[in-house]
Amino acid sequence: MPQIDQIAATYGSQIFWLLLTFGFTFLVIGLGMFPKIQGTVDARDKRIADDLEAARTANSKADELEESYRVKMEKDRSEAQAVVEASKAKANAAAEKRKTKANADIAAKLAAAESDIKARSDEALKEIESVSAEVAQDMVAKISGAKVTKAAALKETKAALKHG
Amino acid sequence: MATEEGKIDPMYQFEVQTILEGFSLGGQQIAFTNSAVWMLVAVAGLWVFMLGGMKRELVPGRWQMMVEGFTGFIDNMMEANIGPAGRKYAPYVFSLFMFILFSNVFGLLPVGVLGLHPFTVTSHLTVTGVLAIMSFSIVLIVGFAKHKLHFFSLFIPHGTPLPMIPFIFIVELLSFLVRPFSLALRLFVAMTAGHILLKVLAGFVINSTNAGAGYGVLVGIPSFALMIGISALELLVAVVQAYVFALLTSLYINDAENLH
Repeated sequence: MPQIDQIAATYGSQIFWLLLTFGFTFLVIGLGMFPKIQGTVDARDKRIADDLEAARTANSKADELEESYRVKMEKDRSEAQAVVEASKAKANAAAEKRKTKANADIAAKLAAAESDIKARSDEALKEIESVSAEVAQDMVAKISGAKVTKAAALKETKAALKHG
Repeated sequence: MATEEGKIDPMYQFEVQTILEGFSLGGQQIAFTNSAVWMLVAVAGLWVFMLGGMKRELVPGRWQMMVEGFTGFIDNMMEANIGPAGRKYAPYVFSLFMFILFSNVFGLLPVGVLGLHPFTVTSHLTVTGVLAIMSFSIVLIVGFAKHKLHFFSLFIPHGTPLPMIPFIFIVELLSFLVRPFSLALRLFVAMTAGHILLKVLAGFVINSTNAGAGYGVLVGIPSFALMIGISALELLVAVVQAYVFALLTSLYINDAENLH
């Protein structure tokens, strides 16, 4: 195995060149280039994280706006509802008032008309009584010759009329 | 094993060959070798790959997306295993992961077709050993710097009965000390075994075909079919071993960072 057979003769040069090349690798690539690439990746990751954060903030802001809009909508709607309700109640009350007033008027007119009718029918009845009493007086005088007083005839006629 | 036949040696691929003599340092010849070439190729490839991720655009292109996938993968691993404190170790673990990954994968490239000689850096114990010792040193330094001598309580799990403490302490200490070896050996063995297997099968294809068309059909073609499957498996192993090395390193650092 040459690796072991040659070790005594070559270890110096092997170690020398290894330290030289690996030293270069460590100093130039490990310490020089690697952190810069790391920095690029970190900067990109940070940028992406920031952008995502900004998007998230904008999203929540939009949600907030929508929520406040919705609340305002709700409020306006309920206000409008209240106004409609109030005006409806007002209109109802006015209509009710007018109706009662009209009812009272009608009732008064009805009562007046009824009393008028009653008065007239009483008057008519009285007329009928006196006329039929006179007729009865005349009929009695003509048939029996007996004189009947006007008061008695009226009384009789009244009783007869009452019985129909 | 195949040297007696004088044809195909599956171990030849692991030989370190000197390209330039270089200089001497403390008695050791620091030569520029094929191993060094492949380390440089891996790092250059990694550097080019990472440059594609440096456009730093807000909306990434395909290449940038790929690079960010790797960095994010290590980032998540550190976050999951160590927690928020893990971020400061991410550059090291990322370097480790990418270096091993590119070395593994580049060692599998079929550049032999172009006449070049592929070499897997991570199939050498010296290389994986140094990487493991680095990770282990970080664990030790962080552990003792953060918790001082209290770091030794790592070796006594919660709720250990008092008479058991000495034994448990020794067992846990041993398992802790074995970590760098297991870390180094795991990668070294996985890479070596896969490459040997591929080379042995390739040797079958060549030798059987040389022995005659009948042998070529009977042995060569099934071996070649097997090689295709194992190549795919080796690609997976290359990625998984890099992942395992980085994952275990992060777990060990977690021990040092958070004790239990």
